[in-house]
Amino acid sequence: MRMEAAGRRATSSSFEIAGRRWNSRLIVGTGGFRSLDVTERAIAAAGAEIVTVALRRVDVAAPGSLVEMLERAGSFLLPNTAGCFTAHDAVLTARMAREAFGTHWVKLEVIGDDRTLFPDAVELLEAAETLVEDGFVVLPYTNDDPILARRLEEVGCAAVMPLGAPIGSGMGIRNPYNMAIIVEQANVPVICDAGVGTASDAAFAMELGCDGVLMASAIARAKDPVKMAQAMRGAVESGRLAFEAGRIPRRRHAQASTPEVGLPEYG
Amino acid sequence: MRIVVNGSDREVPSRLTVAELVRELGAGGANGRGVAVAVEAQVVPHSQWDGVALSEGQRVEVLGAFQGG
Repeated sequence: MRMEAAGRRATSSSFEIAGRRWNSRLIVGTGGFRSLDVTERAIAAAGAEIVTVALRRVDVAAPGSLVEMLERAGSFLLPNTAGCFTAHDAVLTARMAREAFGTHWVKLEVIGDDRTLFPDAVELLEAAETLVEDGFVVLPYTNDDPILARRLEEVGCAAVMPLGAPIGSGMGIRNPYNMAIIVEQANVPVICDAGVGTASDAAFAMELGCDGVLMASAIARAKDPVKMAQAMRGAVESGRLAFEAGRIPRRRHAQASTPEVGLPEYG
Repeated sequence: MRIVVNGSDREVPSRLTVAELVRELGAGGANGRGVAVAVEAQVVPHSQWDGVALSEGQRVEVLGAFQGG
């Protein structure tokens, strides 16, 4: 953390993924927005550098304008493999994304079922291993399982992205203890991916020591997405600052903040 | 000849190349930027689009960017 001169505003530290430095710890997904215009303004308000996109058949895909807008905005495109249920499909989708967007970075999603959208741990690990061997920078969306997170790191993933709660649920960080264990043991960045509902959820994830937060629905489906994006930017920044500042321990009884020395005694 | 593009049958001239198909679909920006193609579940790199000719009955997926988390 940088030391700031008195009176200057402190900023939280930057961080690295796969040797590349990022100033914003808020990663924004483009899914769920009402329009391209709102997407663009929300990304700007969020101050996000990394932005996720999906791949679909061109007959339904946005006609070129999504990528053009993101490139105009200077966003770093992070393709995802959303909608894949097997390692085979996810690997193929990642390779398609590499061709389409000219990037070897991928947000790896291998989903177990439609109702929970929880990752399929077995398929996820297999896909991660294959893609790492193929030269990809793999950022896996994973369960909040410390063992799986460790296994993903061991096969060479550049970060781990445990869910706070199911995608789009807005339930916040449902298992902060697991998240804290994942953070504690990880040697790669930990990005809280999915589950954030409002600003305090994002701040909480950062206070737990996550290196970043990835969200789509919480911004895109808010009543005012641009305003929420700004709220999330502040929350992620504040949460990180609080983590770096080091919170006071919790205690069951009071501890006076005013010293007792020099107290008068009124007979 | 008949090929299957994104799940739908399509009548195209024989020996149509991948590059020609992408142009015909009007997909992506200049030089098919933002588009990826797989033929029979094999990714065809951009650099090979001009050289790969499609044949009868082949299944082709042409993908582009879409909103997603």
